[in-house]
Amino acid sequence: MTQMKDSKTIKEINRRIKEGKAVVVTADQMVDIVKQQGPKKAAQDIDVVTTGTFSPMCSSGAFINFGHSKPGIKASRVWLNGVQACAGLAAVDVYLGATEVHKDDPLNKVHPGRFKYGGGHVIHDLLNGKTVSLLATSYGTDCYPNREVKKTITLKDLPYAMLLNPRNAYQNYNCAVNLTKKTIYTYMGVLKPDAANVNYATSGQLSPLLNDPYYRSLGLGTRIFLGGTQGYVIGPGTQHNPKVERSLNGVPTEPAGNLMLMGNLKEMNPKWVVGVSMLGYGCSIAIGVGVPIPILNEEMARFTAISDEDIMTQILDYGKDYPQGKASSLKQVSYAELKSGMIMFQGQKVPTVPMSSYVKAMEIANILKSWIEKGEFLLSEPQEMLSTSY
Amino acid sequence: MYSKIISLRFPKGMVNEPVIVNLVKKFDLSFNILKATIYPRKEGLMVFELSGHRKKFNEGIRYLKSLGLRVENVGQGIKRDEEKCFQCGACTAVCLTGALHIKRPEMEVIFDADKCSACELCVSACLAGAMEVTFDKGILN
Repeated sequence: MTQMKDSKTIKEINRRIKEGKAVVVTADQMVDIVKQQGPKKAAQDIDVVTTGTFSPMCSSGAFINFGHSKPGIKASRVWLNGVQACAGLAAVDVYLGATEVHKDDPLNKVHPGRFKYGGGHVIHDLLNGKTVSLLATSYGTDCYPNREVKKTITLKDLPYAMLLNPRNAYQNYNCAVNLTKKTIYTYMGVLKPDAANVNYATSGQLSPLLNDPYYRSLGLGTRIFLGGTQGYVIGPGTQHNPKVERSLNGVPTEPAGNLMLMGNLKEMNPKWVVGVSMLGYGCSIAIGVGVPIPILNEEMARFTAISDEDIMTQILDYGKDYPQGKASSLKQVSYAELKSGMIMFQGQKVPTVPMSSYVKAMEIANILKSWIEKGEFLLSEPQEMLSTSY
Repeated sequence: MYSKIISLRFPKGMVNEPVIVNLVKKFDLSFNILKATIYPRKEGLMVFELSGHRKKFNEGIRYLKSLGLRVENVGQGIKRDEEKCFQCGACTAVCLTGALHIKRPEMEVIFDADKCSACELCVSACLAGAMEVTFDKGILN
C-alpha cells in the first residue's frame, strides 16, 4: 500500500482526470467536507474544487477581424449595429467594448436613461447567430483606397472573434447603499433613498478568487470556464490590487484581485454572455466564469472551505461618498448576512439585493465539475502567477 | 406623458351622459376608443386608452369613479421572459408588492404574477430586459 502524500501536482490530478478517477466537488460542497473531515483528509480525497460567478462585468469586450473587402479599407471608424467599436488597430481589426452605447441612444438626457442596446448586446446577438450590420469609414490610402464599407456579418462568417476581458471575476466587491433623500441609479443597481436597500455583487463562497485568496493555484495560462466554453486566464485584471485589508483567513474584506480573461467567442454560448442594460448607468455584459481550483495540499483545502459566514465586505454610501471618491466603510457585513435577505444597518432592518446570480454561479460550478469528471476538461499549469505584492 | 388602457363600465342610466367629453375638457386628457358597447339592459362598456399628464390622469380617474363608473385596468400585466431572466435579483430592489422575491437558500428569483400590481418599475430595472408589459387583447373582441 502506498503512503498518502501531503501534496499533489497538477500533472497527477490530470492523470486522475484522464482515468476518470478525479474527485471533483463544488466550492459550496467543500465547505461541509472540510468541516466534517478536516483539511488534511479533504486534501487527500479531493482533487478539484469548482467555482462559478455570473454577473455584470463591464470591463469586457471582443476582438473582431471582419475580413478584407474589395477594394480594401483601412477602417478608422467602425459601427456594429450602430455601436461604435474601437478601430484604432490594423485595417480590419476592431475591439468592441461591452459598455459602448448605441450611437443614437438618448443616454441620461431623460434621467434615468434605459440604455437598451450596446456592445454587450451586439456580442450577445452575434452569439445568437443573428446578422449584424457593419459600417466602416476611412480616409483612404494608396494600399486601401476604400472610404466606406457597409455589410452584414454573422459570427460564423467572421474570420476571427475573441472575447478578451481586461477585468473580470473581482475578488470581493463593495456593498452599496444610498444615504441621500432621492433614488439613485448606479452600476450597483437602483438604490432607494435613506438606505432602503443594500445591493451586493459577488457569488460569495462560490466566487473564484475568494477560494484562492493568495492566487496560489492560478495565473497566466490557467484554463477556465468562460462563456460556456474553455477559456484562459491571461494575467492580472486591470485593477488587480492584492494589497488590501484581509481577514485572518487571508480573504480580502474589500475589492482586491481580478483577472484578465480570454476565450474563443465562436465556441461560446449566448446563455453565458448576455448584454445588460443598467437603468440610469449604461450598457454592460454579464459573463459566466468558472475557475477550477486544484487541491494541491492541505492549505488549498482550507482556502476552498471558505463559507459565506467567513467572507466579509464593506457597506459604502453610493449616494454621496462614493461619487466624490471619498467612500469609507459604514459597516462590515458577511455574505451569510447579505444572502439572508435582511441586514441590520444604522438600527434598521434593510433588505439586501443581489446583482450577481447565485443560481447561475451554481450552475457554472456544476457544469465545470461535470466537464472534469467526464475528462473533457484538463487543468493547466499557470506559466506566471498573479502578483500578491503590488 | 402617461398612458394606460382602461375599461369603463357604465351603470344603467349613465349611457346618455357626456362623460368622456367632460373628462377630456376638465382634465386636458386625450383618448383613443378601442371598444364601446351598450348592452341590452342599457349598461355600457367602453375600452379606451387614456393619455395625458400623470397628475391630471389620476384626477380624471377619480372624476370617473365619482360618477359611479367602474374603472379597471385592462388586462395590463407584467410577464417575465424566463429565457432572458438570469436570476440575479436586481428587480427585487424596486418591486413594491413582493411579487418579485428571492427563495432562500436556493437564491432563486421568483415572480408571483398574482401579487404583481403592474407598476412596471421592474421593467426598466431588469438588467436583462426580461420583464415585459402585456395587454390582454381578448377584451377587445
